[in-house]
Amino acid sequence: MESTVKSNLKTEEYFINMGPQHPATHGVLRLMLTIDGEIIKNVEPDLGYIHRSIEKMCERDSYQQIVHLTDRMDYLSSHINNEAVCLVVEKALEIEVPERVKVIRTIIGELTRIASHCLWWGVMGMDIGALTTYFYAFRDRELINDIFEETCGARLTMNYNIPGGIMFDIHPNFVKRTKDFITHFKTKIPEYNRLLTGNVIFQKRTKGIGVLTPEDAISFGASGPVARGSGVHCDIRKIHPYSAYDLVQFEESLQTDGDCLARYNVRIEEMWQSLSIIEQLIDNIPEGDTKVTTKAVIKLPKGEYYQRVETARGELGCYVNSTGTKNPYRFKFRSPGLSNLGVINQLATGSKIGDLVAIMSTIDIVVPDIDR
Amino acid sequence: MTHEEIQNIVSGFSDTLTFSEEASEFLNVEVPVDELHKVCSQLKSHSELKFDYLFCVTGMDWGEDLGVIYHLESTEFRHNIVVKVRTSDRENPKMDSVTDIWLTAELHEMEVYDFFGIKFNNHPNLKRLFLPLDWQGYPLRKDYVDEENMIIK
Repeated sequence: MESTVKSNLKTEEYFINMGPQHPATHGVLRLMLTIDGEIIKNVEPDLGYIHRSIEKMCERDSYQQIVHLTDRMDYLSSHINNEAVCLVVEKALEIEVPERVKVIRTIIGELTRIASHCLWWGVMGMDIGALTTYFYAFRDRELINDIFEETCGARLTMNYNIPGGIMFDIHPNFVKRTKDFITHFKTKIPEYNRLLTGNVIFQKRTKGIGVLTPEDAISFGASGPVARGSGVHCDIRKIHPYSAYDLVQFEESLQTDGDCLARYNVRIEEMWQSLSIIEQLIDNIPEGDTKVTTKAVIKLPKGEYYQRVETARGELGCYVNSTGTKNPYRFKFRSPGLSNLGVINQLATGSKIGDLVAIMSTIDIVVPDIDR
Repeated sequence: MTHEEIQNIVSGFSDTLTFSEEASEFLNVEVPVDELHKVCSQLKSHSELKFDYLFCVTGMDWGEDLGVIYHLESTEFRHNIVVKVRTSDRENPKMDSVTDIWLTAELHEMEVYDFFGIKFNNHPNLKRLFLPLDWQGYPLRKDYVDEENMIIK
């Protein structure tokens, strides 16, 4: 009887919009879904809702001004984005920044990474129905933002880096507050695990969902935790060390399953590693200057320069083509978000809409980073 | 692998390639438009090169020529190469898509098409990525003028 019913049932593919105002899209991203029942047949992202043409603006601006634009790409990794531009300018001018600058940049960069992963963890839980995580994560992230506010003067878009160094020295409370935060946060990651990681519903929503093979991860140009969840060794901090990453010991966190849970575990482990990096550096900040004075009008020598850094989302690349004037001839940002978004159709096809939400959370998309 | 060793292998793919290391940290190779796909697939499949990670695709307007710059890395050997391709046809610039070699090229070629108007043959879904579908012109070209929306310096 049952089989007769099934064979007589006709299904039909239809089209549905997810976003641009859907809460799980974390910004204004529109996904055009083709679905059959609840099974996803195709996902096509529609981008550009907050495209601000940062690359075109760069061609008009001086290098000091460009640093400030990059805050607005991946606003959760703003310090690391600033650092990328400063590093590429310093590389072109052949400036060696003082050790003190390198260490401070690295510490703040790792704090940024923890803050970004905190927000991701809170929102990831909320996306798949665990509302409490949001409040736990924001409680801890607030402490990092307070440290930033005291030292950099801003909580999110910090603009602390300038070509040649950092804008001003760290606040006298910086070291103590950072240490307090490390002590505090070490008790909180186990709490995160007790609250969410071990939860049966959470495990069922993420285990075996959205599996990305290592070959596909490389071919799609995925980087950061998305690729490392599939076991691809891709951490720029390890492969092409910059700032003070060659002075510290840390493990690149890798998982092999390639599913949502693997990407989740990579980020949890990364928070531990970031804490460890900060711990190694915080007591040994070298004395010295906080900047190398550059000319008021920076002109890069004619040529092409490229700098890669590891943001909280993956590999950010800055390509600069200079003709020797005060503006770049072409400034290209290789954003981690756009390449990581490429995997979404592959991961979501064949799964359900609820799974798509979990997949999007673990890709950790930040739409301004994709649109630029 | 050093730049020299890479150059020795790559120069065997075709005798129309020109190499340069001037004012760049990478080894640059300039490929004629009609050989782009052939050279790229060899760069990926050659057992001593294995450039399997396309980490940056940049559209370029050199003033007279339009073109694309591909930054490649091998995840196994960690060496890099930069492939450049240019065309002087500004009215109807065309080149082959490399989407079948590196899947990431699909989105990035759409971005290049959006801002530079370069059309990619055999691209599965070539259309504007960020700008509205009815947008006129290609904003990152150097000769682009938009009186309404552009803040002129």
